[in-house]
Amino acid sequence: MTSAAFGTVLFAMLAGALRVSTPFLFVSLGECLTEKSGRINLGNEGALVLGAMAAYAISYETGNPWAGLLAAAGVGACLGLLHAALCSLTKVSDIAMGIAIMLAGTGTAFFFGKPYIQPSAPQLPTIPFGFWSSSAQIRSALDVSPLFFLGVIVGIAMAWGFRNTRLGLTIRIVGDSADSARAMGLRINLIRLGATAVGSALAGIGGAFLSLVYPGSWNEQLSSGQGLIAVALVVFARWNPLYCIGAALLFGAAGALGPSLQSVGISKGYYLFNAAPYVLTLVLMILSVRPGRSLKGAPGELSIVR
Amino acid sequence: MSDSAALPSATTLADAPAPVFDRGYRYRHALESILVPALALVLAAAGFALFLICLGQSPLDFVDLVWRGAFGSAFSIQNTLLKASPLLLTALCVALPAQLGLVIIGGEGAVVLGGLAAAAIAPPLAGIPPLLLQVLMMIAGMSAGAVWIGFAGWLRAKRGINETISSLLLAYIAIALFNHIVEGPLRDPASLNKPSTADIGAGNMFGYLPGTDVHPGLIFGIIACIAFYILIFKTSFGFGCRVTGGSLRAAQLQGLPVTRLIIIACALGGACAGLAGMVEVAAVQGRANASLAAGYGYAGILIAFLARQNPLAIIPMAVVLGGLTASGGLIQRRMDLPDATVLVLQGMIFVAILASETFYGRFAWFQPRRAP
Repeated sequence: MTSAAFGTVLFAMLAGALRVSTPFLFVSLGECLTEKSGRINLGNEGALVLGAMAAYAISYETGNPWAGLLAAAGVGACLGLLHAALCSLTKVSDIAMGIAIMLAGTGTAFFFGKPYIQPSAPQLPTIPFGFWSSSAQIRSALDVSPLFFLGVIVGIAMAWGFRNTRLGLTIRIVGDSADSARAMGLRINLIRLGATAVGSALAGIGGAFLSLVYPGSWNEQLSSGQGLIAVALVVFARWNPLYCIGAALLFGAAGALGPSLQSVGISKGYYLFNAAPYVLTLVLMILSVRPGRSLKGAPGELSIVR
Repeated sequence: MSDSAALPSATTLADAPAPVFDRGYRYRHALESILVPALALVLAAAGFALFLICLGQSPLDFVDLVWRGAFGSAFSIQNTLLKASPLLLTALCVALPAQLGLVIIGGEGAVVLGGLAAAAIAPPLAGIPPLLLQVLMMIAGMSAGAVWIGFAGWLRAKRGINETISSLLLAYIAIALFNHIVEGPLRDPASLNKPSTADIGAGNMFGYLPGTDVHPGLIFGIIACIAFYILIFKTSFGFGCRVTGGSLRAAQLQGLPVTRLIIIACALGGACAGLAGMVEVAAVQGRANASLAAGYGYAGILIAFLARQNPLAIIPMAVVLGGLTASGGLIQRRMDLPDATVLVLQGMIFVAILASETFYGRFAWFQPRRAP
């Protein structure tokens, strides 16, 4: 590979990472918030797909993509509420319920989304950071969505909030030890309800990015499982919202590697790079987990780390 | 009730065998495990009927079409059974480890690798008798699945790594490996639009059961469900698994080989999912391609939970789900509704039945009675 081609790949990866990582960023922050409160929500995949559909449909019907974004957050929150409310019943498994919510969410999205596969809806605007360049390639690569910055801000705010606010501490207590929370008189189910709803709303915004920014259309193959992958991502980020930002960029770059290699004529072998984040996560777990000792930063009440 | 050992919290003292004087308990207990999901099903159906009425469609027409599409004719029954057969095996991949209290959600990875292993050994062995080849393909597919899920079990037993996360990660790694091999080293140059491995040869594929369009995968699934029911509830191995699922500590104190039980149960489950992939190759596709990752692994998780991890209960659950899937096309044509309508109904049923789990043990009438 010549150095020019290498530069092209690197640049395409950077640009791709900025685009591909944004949905990962929102879903993983949402999943992180939910898991911090002590519950896992695999249904975020459903919130993502339903959010993508709702955003596209509302943007098309009203002509206002920002209304679409709000709608995505709204339907995401509704799915999250449903998941949290049902999981607060005793004996209901949050893992199985998450998968059921995932199927219900995607099914509903496919049902109502059928009429919107053809028409094209107004897209969210992007910020042209490439204005200084005359190369069309660089200009299009540096069109960054404001949603990316919103995600970064949410991540930083969550990290700060978990440490420094009453609400953040409350969520962490509920997630770490339900017994202590009960002893303190905290309303566990209510707090988990809120955390799950907000988490799913974030996942819905991630879906809105898919349908209103990049790739910027609605179809039934839109999601490539980002909602489920977010679970792995959060483990990789060790439940730290700041690390989630880095992990989302890494997962995004790994996903963008294939298309950018294709742009210089290499079309084989990149699937192994796609698997790199999962291998890394697994290796990380193998190295840091011992019997009787869980991952650092893992919420104690979380069923998947016990 | 021992089959509820699947949920770590579900095994309590209330599950202890009924006292001898309470002869009715057995029947009331059986009635409970039928009535609770039935009630959930009725609620889901009512919710869906409301949904249809809001859309201006008749729920009765819908029921009629589902019935005709799923069980109305010999053709539709066969279609239903074909849709159900991979689910029988992928549900076992969840239900077996569940006896030990493990939640494996990476069956999809075992399905694709099982299919790939089966498809990979067929072309080099072309020329040997088809029956022998099929047996070898089954062994290859089952071994691939067993190794993959067994590895998740090993990580759990030896390193304390949560099997839910590791099996999910392993599933994504498996799919990436699968894509790499199918589009790279083993790609059939003739497969242009849809990268596939080489054809295993029409003569080497499974035939149909006499007089039907159903392939033997259904038989494998049913045999596996029955065999694993016996294994779990009638053998000392199964008893050891259930004790471990009830209380890991108790099992260790009894000197049960917990590590071995975990790895074996996971490997057996993985072998079932691998077999599902092999059947998909040897009976449906004739080659390994992206159609293998059709979500059978994820549907299997739900079937297993709906069946409350009881291998025998998996059979009716898989048939019901297969029937709903099979009737999707008919509903699309006759009622002018999207084929995703069935997905909406499936989602409602899953959510309702999983939520109904909370009603077990809530009604005193179903519980064992104390001596007067």
